[in-house]
Parts: sequence; structure tokens; C-alpha cells
Amino acid sequence: MSQFLLLAVVLAAMAFAFQVGRNRAIRTAGGPTGIKDLHSLPAYYGWYVAIWAGLPALLVLLAWVGLEERIITLLLVQGLPPSLTEGLSDGRVGLLVNDIKNLATGGITSGDPTPAVQAAAERYRRWLGIADAARWALVLVVVLGGLSVAWRRLSPAFRARNRVEATLLGILVLFSSIAILTTLGIVLSVLFESVLFFQRVPWTEFLFGTQWSPQIALRADQVGASGAFGAVPLFTGTLLISAIAMLIAVPIGLLSAIYLSEYAAPRLRAWSKPTLEVLAGIPTVVYGFFAALTVAPFMRELGESIGLDVASESALAAGAVMGIMIIPFVSSLSDDVINAVPQSLRDGSYALGATQAETIKRVILPAALPGIVGGVLLAVSRAIGETMIVVMAAGLAANLTANPLESVTTVTVQIVTLLTGDQEFDSAKTLAAFALGLTLFAVTLTLNVIALHIVRKYREQYE
Amino acid sequence: MSTTAEAIDTNTGNLRAADFDGERAFEGTLGDITTREPRMECRAVNVWYDANHAIREVSLDIGKHEVVAMIGPSGCGKSTFLRCLNRMNDTIPAARVTGSIKLDGREVLDRGIDVVPLRAQVGMVFQKPNPFPKSIYENIAYGPRIHGLVNHKSELDELVETSLKRAGLWNEVKDRLGQPGTGLSGGQQQRLCIARTIAVSPEVILMDEPCSALDPIATAVIEELIAELKQDYSIAIVTHSMQQAARVSERTAYFHLGDLLEVGATAQIFEDPQHHLTRAYVTGRFG
Repeated sequence: MSQFLLLAVVLAAMAFAFQVGRNRAIRTAGGPTGIKDLHSLPAYYGWYVAIWAGLPALLVLLAWVGLEERIITLLLVQGLPPSLTEGLSDGRVGLLVNDIKNLATGGITSGDPTPAVQAAAERYRRWLGIADAARWALVLVVVLGGLSVAWRRLSPAFRARNRVEATLLGILVLFSSIAILTTLGIVLSVLFESVLFFQRVPWTEFLFGTQWSPQIALRADQVGASGAFGAVPLFTGTLLISAIAMLIAVPIGLLSAIYLSEYAAPRLRAWSKPTLEVLAGIPTVVYGFFAALTVAPFMRELGESIGLDVASESALAAGAVMGIMIIPFVSSLSDDVINAVPQSLRDGSYALGATQAETIKRVILPAALPGIVGGVLLAVSRAIGETMIVVMAAGLAANLTANPLESVTTVTVQIVTLLTGDQEFDSAKTLAAFALGLTLFAVTLTLNVIALHIVRKYREQYE
Repeated sequence: MSTTAEAIDTNTGNLRAADFDGERAFEGTLGDITTREPRMECRAVNVWYDANHAIREVSLDIGKHEVVAMIGPSGCGKSTFLRCLNRMNDTIPAARVTGSIKLDGREVLDRGIDVVPLRAQVGMVFQKPNPFPKSIYENIAYGPRIHGLVNHKSELDELVETSLKRAGLWNEVKDRLGQPGTGLSGGQQQRLCIARTIAVSPEVILMDEPCSALDPIATAVIEELIAELKQDYSIAIVTHSMQQAARVSERTAYFHLGDLLEVGATAQIFEDPQHHLTRAYVTGRFG
């Protein structure tokens, strides 16, 4: 609570500093008529002083909040009598420290506290009080210090605008690097876990093995005790389902995009395009039970009626529903690309006596083709990474088959299966999920890079 | 140059604010709208864009083997009129055209007429060169292919060569027919577009400010080309350059706020215009 109060005080000080800086700038310039003699507008001087008052203080506060707990804990452990901590592991010491802290803040402790522990708790409480006061004092000193530094620099010739804008630029760079660093962190964490996995299972077996049964036996004499981590059936399953999805999404999406952008009357287009895009707004879990409860049984019955044996979790059903999900993605991207083809090319074609169909077939589609291919590749990477539909509608058994009527499993389904529930993070079974994730990431990243490259190259053509 | 009614009224003796407010009565086109051997005959053509009456009661003939230049200030309707001649206005949903336009005695504005053969007969070259993003060869071959004008590859090769030769581009591109047409310079692109139009053997070529995106040297090349092409084709050209109109055309039509004010032999329009607005425009007092 005290932290928030302090934060509010700093913010109030910034507001105050803004007013002070602005007024002082106007005064040094000799009143409102002298503003044109200032290097920057008065508000920039206000912002400059406010930044000096607030930013260092906020940084100090942030550092303090990060370090306080650790330093006090360190002091606490060092202050304990040696008899208390002797022979204890780090984990045990941690438990003891927790006990002391709980006692100090009136929480529940394990067992009756010994006098030594009580003394430590007393010390801890005292240090907390000191730390709180010191924090207030330090932050306020930094605020005042910053204020006075900025105050002394103010003069009509001072380039306040440049300083403020440089600070803003710094803040923007900081925030954009947070996004990039987060991505990097995710990649690295997946990478490290995968390395652990590949220490247990050779990567050749993982990439080229055709047996997938990740169960590790609890007892040595169990059936299938070793576990098998050949991911080929997962890759083929993913490819099969994605291919079925693209077979459905690309023709429907592309043809509807051509109709909507070239033929449809503006009024029809105005309501049909958003309607198509509603498909993209349906949560994938809804598609999932649509696939599992409606499409899959329908496919099975249809298959039975013509004498085919269709699994109730067939790749066909999952792929078909995934394809429907991707339709708006393909159609929306294709529509953008087709609309980006300049009207002058259409005019040129019509002026030669070409019909609308000839113009679309021979001028617009060839011109838009690179963009369409880029859009389709983006859709493929979406299909490969799609999880919810396949979790609900595809199977779990890793069958190595190209028959869409059989049940297959995908990389994403296996990751979900491997990591659902409480798992120990040191078995090959769990680590396999990270290796799968890394593979998936590498494939979709490559597809995205290729797709974006194609799309960008195409964009440049008309500029 | 200011074109506000007020500025003109005070700057020039013979211009009136009423000339520019769009509500004045139009007394009919001055000069002779007909020509000796007409190829296209336009009578009382009106165009509306929704409620906006863009051109009014325009009548004009375009003769065989002649170049008709259309001049006038921006927004006067000369491009709109040009686009009526091969029904390119059909691609604009809001446009409505009335009146009569005849090509070799056949009505063009008839709803029943097929625009595909019409546009093959009346070709068009646009303001900005718009080659297709295909090879130079494919750019020329496009029209003949869709109209089924050729049966063999060799015939097509020959047609591509003659078209490029007539457009004066052959020597510059004969070694790189497979390269993209978009890689040519602006002037070459425009000649490529002219070659593309010639390849479907039209009777009339419409040019909508064909040189406005080109430098003076490329412009001179295109103007020479126009002078050669009029041996075989009727040409209607919209231009903002009065020098260009004077250099390339036999007859000139002056458009003003959607009206065709005056038509005549080019020399007469530039040396002795009858309408005071034509005189003001060609002497550079506004525009």
C-alpha cells in the first residue's frame, strides 16, 4: 500500500514540476510576449522538468522494489545463530526464512517458534520499518534532486524540445525491445528444453523415426518400457490435415475473393465481406466441437452409406473444419491483394476489348499471384499451428498413413497431451513436447518469412 | 494561375464571372463540327455522374486519317467525352450516357452492342503508361490472343514485331522481348502501350493526355509517332499542352465546363478563335 502512495506522490511531484518548469520558462523569457525568444514551447520546458523530477525517482523505486526483499532476506539469514542453520540445505533455510517472515507478519507458522526464531522475526519486522522509511526518504531526495538539476538548466536558449523528444524516443525503444526480448526469451526457453531432450533421444530418431509412443514406464519390466520418439507420424498427420484444410480453404477463399472484389455490387460486398469475416471471429474451440460432434459423425455415416470405413476421428473431418476456419483468412488476404492491382491495368485490358473474365484470368490474377501465394503460405502456417480443432476432432494414436479416412494425430495435439496436467519436467516424455514445439516453431517461422518476403516483393512492383 | 471567377474578372477584360459559374446559357458550338470523311459521328452526347451533368450536348465528328485535339481547362469534360467513344465509362457504375455516337454508321451507345469488338476497333492509350506486369512480348500478344487474331506462333511473332516497329520501339527492345514491360522507361512504356493498341488493328485510337507523364524528349518521340499513325488511323487526343495540340492535330475542339464551345481547323482555333473564352484560353489568360 505504501508503494502505491509513494508512486502517487511521485506522479503528483511530476505534475507540480511541469507547472513549475513551464512557468519558469515563461518568466525567464519575460512573460507571455517573450515566448518567441524561447528555443522551445513553454510546455516542453515543463515536460523537461517533470521528466527530471519523475524518471530517476521511478527508476530508483523500481530498483528498490526489486532488491529490498532479497537484501533483507540475506541479512536475516546471516543474522541467524549458526546453530540454527548448521547442516541445513538451501531449501530448508528457505523454509525457515518463510517461517520467520510469517511469524513477523502474523501468518501461520509451522510448529511452535523457538526463541531464536522469535528474535529473528522481531529483527525482520524492524528492518521492514527501516526499509520503508528509507525508501520514502531516498525517493523524495531523488525527486527534489532531479527537480533542482532541471531547474538550474532552464534558460531561454536551452533546447528543451530536443531533450524531451530524445527521452520519448528512448522510452519507445525500450518498449519495443520488451516485445522483441520476450519473443527471444520464449524461443530460448524452448531451445534449452529441447537441447535437454536431444541429450536423451538422438535427433535422428526424433526426426526420422516412425514410432511414436512417448509413455515412459514406471517399472522396468513394463510393456513398451523404453518409449519411442519418432515424430514422423506426427509430421505426416499434421501435413495430411493441413493439406485437406488448404484443399478446402484455397479454392473457396480465392474464388469468393474474386467474386467479391471484381463482380459483386458494392451493396452486396458491403455486407457479405463482414459476414465472411465473422467466420474468423468464431473461437476455435467452437469449431472444435462443431468438428467433433457434427462433421465427424456426418462423415462417418456418409462413408458407411457408400460402403467406406471412416474413423470417427478421421483426418478428413478435422481438416475440413480447419479449412472452413481458414477460408476468411485466405479470402481476406486475396481480396486485399486483388484490390491492390491498379485500376489502370484493368482499364488497359478493357480498352483492348478484353472481357471481365479475360481480364481477371490473364491480367489481374497473374499480377496478384505472388501476393496470393504469400497469403496462402501464411494460411498454411496457421493450419499447421492450429490446436483446438485437432485436439477435439483428430485422434491421439500416431498412425503413419496417407488415408484421410483414418484417424491421425498432429504435432500440436501431442504437445497438448504431453503437457496437460501435472508433469515432471525431467522426463523425456515431457521434454519431447518442447522438441515438437521447436520443430513447429521452425516450420511456421520459415513459412512466415517466405510468405512475408513474397508479399513485400510483390507490393514494391507498383510503387 | 488563378481560375477563380473573381480573379479572372479583375485581371482580364473579356472574361466574366458568369462564364465560370456553370449556370450560364449555352448558345451552341461555334465552328464546323463535321468533317469531310467522318469515321465517328457524335451527336448531342450528355454524360451524368449521378446528378452531376459532366458534359452537355456535345456533337463532334472525327474524320478518317486526321488527328482531333481536345483542349480545355481541367474538369471541362474532355476526358469524359473521350471515354464515351469506346464506352470505357461503362466501368464507372455512376456514369450515364445519352445521345448518339456512330462508328462507321453503326450506333455505339446502343445497350445491345457488344463492347468487346467496339473496343478492339476503338483503342485507347492512357495518361499514365500502364503496361501489364508481363514481358514486352506478352504485353503486345495479349490483345491478338484474346481476339483470336492469330493461329500460329510465327504469325504472333510477326504481329508483335510489326506492332513494335510501327510504335517505333522495335530497335530498342528487339533483344529483350522476354523482359518485363514495367522495366522500360516512361516514354518506352507509353510507346509499348501504343504498340499494344495497334496490335489489335483498331480504326480509331483515343489518347488521354498520353504525354503528361513524360519528359520533353519522350514527348517529341510520341508526337512524331502520332504524325505517322494518322496515315492509317483516326486519332482523338486529349491534351493540356496547347503547343502539342497545335503541332499534332488537324482540328481542335475547345471544351469549357462540360460544353463544346468551339471546333475548327487547328490553325484557325489558335490564330483566330471566335469565342472569347477560346481566345482567353489559347492565349494563356487562364487554364
